[in-house]
Amino acid sequence: MQARVFVTLKNGVLDPQGKAIEHALRGLGHDGVEKVRQGKMFEIELADTDAASAEQRLKVMCERLLANTVIENYRIEIGGEGQGTGAS
Amino acid sequence: MKSAVIVFPGSNCDRDAAVALHQASGKPPAMVWHGNSELPDLDLVVLPGGFSYGDYLRVGAIAALSPIMAAVIRHAERGGAVFAICNGFQMACEAGLLPGVLMNNAAGKYVCRHVAMRVEDTLSPFTAGYQSDQRISIPVAHHDGNYFADEATLDRLEGEGLVAFRYDNDNPNGSRRDIAGILSANRRVLGMMPHPERAADPDLGGTDGAAMFRSLVETLA
Repeated sequence: MQARVFVTLKNGVLDPQGKAIEHALRGLGHDGVEKVRQGKMFEIELADTDAASAEQRLKVMCERLLANTVIENYRIEIGGEGQGTGAS
Repeated sequence: MKSAVIVFPGSNCDRDAAVALHQASGKPPAMVWHGNSELPDLDLVVLPGGFSYGDYLRVGAIAALSPIMAAVIRHAERGGAVFAICNGFQMACEAGLLPGVLMNNAAGKYVCRHVAMRVEDTLSPFTAGYQSDQRISIPVAHHDGNYFADEATLDRLEGEGLVAFRYDNDNPNGSRRDIAGILSANRRVLGMMPHPERAADPDLGGTDGAAMFRSLVETLA
C-alpha cells in the first residue's frame, strides 16, 4: 500500500527557506507570487492491506519522527499506485 | 566528577568538550558511542555539538532516537545532569528532555561568531559559578539555533527562572525572547546554542565558558 505524508509548518511559524524561495520566484519575474511556504513530502510503501490500520500506524510515525508537532502539521494520504499529479 | 561525552555520527565538538572536562576535573570523560544502549555510572552526560546524521529530517531528530538516548533519558530522570550544547540542545529538545525546538536561523544563514550573553540563572550546577546578570561572550556556530516554543511554554520557563542565558542585544538567530539556553524543571539539564567548550582556554581566545565546567566539577563532584 502506498501512502504519502505531507509535513508543513504551522501558521505563524517563520519559514526562512520559504521566504527565500518566494523572493527568488519574484526575482524570476513571476508577478503575483504572494507567499511561499516550504514543506516536506514522504512517500511510504507499507505492507499493510487495511487502510484504517495503516493510517493509524502512519499517525504514530508522524508523531514520533516525521513531524515535530511543536512547529509542524501533518496530513496523511493513503492509496494510489504512485499516481503523480505533475506533468511528465 | 564522573562524566561521559556521547559521540554521534557527525559530532564535531565531542573532543573539545572532552578537553574542557578534563581540564576542569583533572580526569578525562568516557567517550560513549551513540550505538551503545547502556551508560556507566555517571554524574554528567554531555551531548556535544556537530551535525549528527547530517541534520537529515530535522536537526537532532534522528540522533534523539539513537540507542544511547534511552539511557540518557533514564539518567536525566534519575536526576543526573545533562549538558546539551548546540546540536546536543537540538537533540535534547527532540528527545523531550527540554521543551520547544530549534528552527532555522531567522536570517536563513549559518552564523559563526562570538555573541554577547547575559547569565539569568545562577542556581543550576552549570551556572553556579557566575554572577546573576553577568555579561559573557561565547561563540556560536549554527544554522538552526532559533529557539521556538509556544507562548505558554515561554511564560512557564520565564516564570520558573529556567532561562539560563539570553542574548544580550545580540540575538544571532531570531530565537524567541532572545533565549540562548534553557534548563529543565529540576535544573539538571541545560541546553544552549553557544559553545562554552570553545571558550574555556585562553589559547582559544576566551575563557568565559570555563566557569560552567568548573561549577559542574564543584557541584557534582
